[in-house]
Amino acid sequence: MVNEGLNKPGVDIPEEMQNQVAITTLDRIYNWSRSKSLWPMMFGLACCAIEMMITASSRFDFSRFGMEVMRPSPRQADVMLVSGTVTKKMIPQIVRLYNQMPEPRYVLAMGACASGGGPFKEGYNVVSGVDKFIPVDIYVPGCPPTPQALLHGLITLTKKIETEKLSEAEWYRKDFEEEIPVPILGPDLIDPRNFERIKQVSREQLEAKVLDESISTEDTL
Amino acid sequence: MSDPILVSTIPDFHILYPENVHQDERPGYTGFIVQSPFLLEFAKAIRDDWGYDFLTSVTAVDFFPETFEVVYHLFRSLGGGVLTFKVVLPRENPKIDSLYNIFPGSELQEREVYDMYGIVFVNHPDLRRILLWEGFAGWPLRKDWKEAYFEEESKPFSSRWPNGEAVRSESANPFHANLKYPPGFDPEKWIPDGEDALYMGLKQPENSDGMNTDYMIVNLGPQHPSTHGVFRMAALVDGETVVDLKPVVGYLHRNHEKIGERNTYLQNMPFTDRIDYINAMSNNFGYALAVEKLMGIKPPERAEYIRVIMAELSRIQSHFMVTGFLLNDLGAFFTPALYALKERELILDIFEEVSGSRMMCNYFRFGGLARDLPEGVLKKIHDLAFNRLPRKIDEMDELLTENEIVTARCKGIGILSAERAIALSAVGPILRASGVPYDIRRADPYSIYDRFDFDVIVRYHGDIYDRYLVRIEEMRESARILQQAIKQIPEGPIFEGKSQYQVKVPPGESYGRVEGPRGELGFYVVSNGQPNPVRYHIRAPSFINLTGLQEMCRNEKIADAVAILGSIDIVLGEVDR
Amino acid sequence: MGIRGIIKGLGITFKHLFETYSEDLKQGPDRYKTAEGIQDRLSADTKGIFTVQYPEEKIPVPEAFRYIPFLIYDELEGGERDIRCTSCGICAKVCPPQCIWITRSVNPETGRPIPKPEKFFIDIDICMNCGYCAEYCPFEAIRMDHDYEIAGFDRMNHHIYDMEKLLKPASYYAKTHPVQYAEEETARLEKEAKKAAAQAAKAA
Repeated sequence: MVNEGLNKPGVDIPEEMQNQVAITTLDRIYNWSRSKSLWPMMFGLACCAIEMMITASSRFDFSRFGMEVMRPSPRQADVMLVSGTVTKKMIPQIVRLYNQMPEPRYVLAMGACASGGGPFKEGYNVVSGVDKFIPVDIYVPGCPPTPQALLHGLITLTKKIETEKLSEAEWYRKDFEEEIPVPILGPDLIDPRNFERIKQVSREQLEAKVLDESISTEDTL
Repeated sequence: MSDPILVSTIPDFHILYPENVHQDERPGYTGFIVQSPFLLEFAKAIRDDWGYDFLTSVTAVDFFPETFEVVYHLFRSLGGGVLTFKVVLPRENPKIDSLYNIFPGSELQEREVYDMYGIVFVNHPDLRRILLWEGFAGWPLRKDWKEAYFEEESKPFSSRWPNGEAVRSESANPFHANLKYPPGFDPEKWIPDGEDALYMGLKQPENSDGMNTDYMIVNLGPQHPSTHGVFRMAALVDGETVVDLKPVVGYLHRNHEKIGERNTYLQNMPFTDRIDYINAMSNNFGYALAVEKLMGIKPPERAEYIRVIMAELSRIQSHFMVTGFLLNDLGAFFTPALYALKERELILDIFEEVSGSRMMCNYFRFGGLARDLPEGVLKKIHDLAFNRLPRKIDEMDELLTENEIVTARCKGIGILSAERAIALSAVGPILRASGVPYDIRRADPYSIYDRFDFDVIVRYHGDIYDRYLVRIEEMRESARILQQAIKQIPEGPIFEGKSQYQVKVPPGESYGRVEGPRGELGFYVVSNGQPNPVRYHIRAPSFINLTGLQEMCRNEKIADAVAILGSIDIVLGEVDR
Repeated sequence: MGIRGIIKGLGITFKHLFETYSEDLKQGPDRYKTAEGIQDRLSADTKGIFTVQYPEEKIPVPEAFRYIPFLIYDELEGGERDIRCTSCGICAKVCPPQCIWITRSVNPETGRPIPKPEKFFIDIDICMNCGYCAEYCPFEAIRMDHDYEIAGFDRMNHHIYDMEKLLKPASYYAKTHPVQYAEEETARLEKEAKKAAAQAAKAA
């Protein structure tokens, strides 16, 4: 029973020893142990956070999947459930929290807002999707996703984890960049990775505006 | 109802002050227009001479391209209808006197108006941006300010049909994101404003005993397990004692009001679900009342009963939840909360069956409801209201009320006196726990609440414990209302005619308010006859209740600040909107 | 400080714990993984353990439940699909976050619009599951789906649903919304009978 997901297929173990012995690969045991103890971060943003809490509570109880310990601190968490609308005022904190999480780390975007802005996408203070800043592993659509939909998302995430390979995991690579630059609150949100683009577009806009004004003054003359 | 103040109508202020106060004579509008220099005097007079001691809402309307209007709603803490008055301001360099010294409850609301419209409140003690951050370019609720993903002034957008081709809004934006900068902006030269202004606003007390102590600033939130979401408190502490504390909000500012002005009236209904997301039914109720008032319609009898049943179920589940999470804040990690959530689940099952969604009900329509109760649901509600819920409320009561740790942590903590509660515009259980028997269901009855027999729960100490007790008792009263409503509910239609997706709303303004679980939830809607509102303002109870947080937390321990916040029962969706 | 309150509280928690086992004994193995067992845990008389063990047990969704919208087609003989949508555009107009895009079909010869959609998109990253499209559709062509198990790894390519992904047969709709479907069918048959009767009267 224990080695159900652990035993390497194709390896025959005599029947009388099946409950004592499992032959497996390093990848498999590594993935197995991680996927069976995903500790989510206690991190709620909006409406979806209530459904997330319900998923943790008696009726759905995600501790059945080894997720019972909701960590309030990012240092001890494996998976960040981004549950709710990501606003421009909040994204610096989210990026900072993500940076503080130890690898391997996973991000689940819960609901339409976290995935792509949701019904509030057109709002001036809303980031259209948390994946604009941090890499997202799995998206759970819905507004809000019901607790069962979230559980389905979490189970799908564990399946994804089970297919990972140690040799290919990006956080063991030499060129792995750990830190995502924290966005700055300016006249609008500034992503430090986009300085050049912002500068160029604003310069073009200024030129267009000056041109516009000169045309309109010519008209009035 | 023999009290002369209760039955007296709104005084004729335009006759009393003919020079400075005029009646608002536009069709569909009510109330008075006050000359800007006379504002302070007028506010003092209506508070002291006419008993309008409760400033419930301060907001503004942009009548582009002419003027701004700052709109005040007040009522008497003794009961009765709302008094509305407005001050007209020019769109260039708008300035108005702050009412902070007369109604301290206006503090956060005036900051919000400043943040959204750029209207400067002279003599405001701490006029900073509140929902957005210092340095944000533009005043978002002004009609001539366009957001980055701006498509058209109002929905439906013409790019959707008949030649609609799916496009993500990002692709139309030069930055491929929801961004917009002033032309010529150079990000490398930008110096973030920082938070000095916030920290400077925290007042250190004068040292009288000659001892010098160092104060420390502690930030709780926006990511903190006890803040019920993305709320932040900046506290100045002396050892463990809170000397001063400021709430910092806006981390969930989702622009409900700007989006609401683009939406048609009906399209706003599902957005109201997401304001106070624990309690969608009451939000629907408030908004439906406001628009129905404008349209001059009333739902059929059966629909009124179903509305009351849903609103009271909603109150019970919300109070269950806040009681459970208050205990979480006190350190009883999760057992009471799990018991509370269990009952909440059973109520959410009913919501799901009736409306289709557990939390985002979207169940009310103007003049009725989306659909009738499905078969068997009334029996389920009956089982809950007559049997399970009263039993479980008693169990909760038994589990917690006399618990020594609860009493030790709650009694005498976070006190707000009745006078201060009124002055700070506190509403709901907080106001009632401070000894003011104000409940809109009784004071200014809406829908069919005048038919039910229930008590307005009052407690007199104004501390955390009394707020907790008020909530427990209110759940019992809600169950009582449910029992009466289930017995009386008639058969009949739930909608007159057929529900229309385009409703005709005549020009005018209306303020609809309901007693939500957190207190007065108001919707201020201004129409100009177009399919979308000119102004859609939400008077959010938990946002305005936060005005009193500073006063409640002063001289308490920092650990108690968490419990005090829990007893205010904030929902961040509503605080930040 | 006394401890009476604390002991009382512990008694209640113990009762909750104990009830699980007493109910287990009373109900036997039928308590888990059967429809009745789940129904019992959802009812107002539920006692003891409250957990519904997803994914082995699933809470049945009520008929009104709404998730992502879908388009209905009637199955004709020979496997052809008759899309009910007439591309009138009411759903796109009423959609609060404006997540529906429709292109109307045009007859290539005459240039006149045909009452069928050529393209139909719903961006489920914007959709707020409010159900207005289904509520106000005059042709019973769009309804809210009950399938919530749609978590995925890639949103850029999969989260704008096109017509292929949205279309589902009427038999599926009849299964998820039995009551509503039956009501609509009887109304439709009545209407058709009336029409036929009127035509017969006209012919006579």
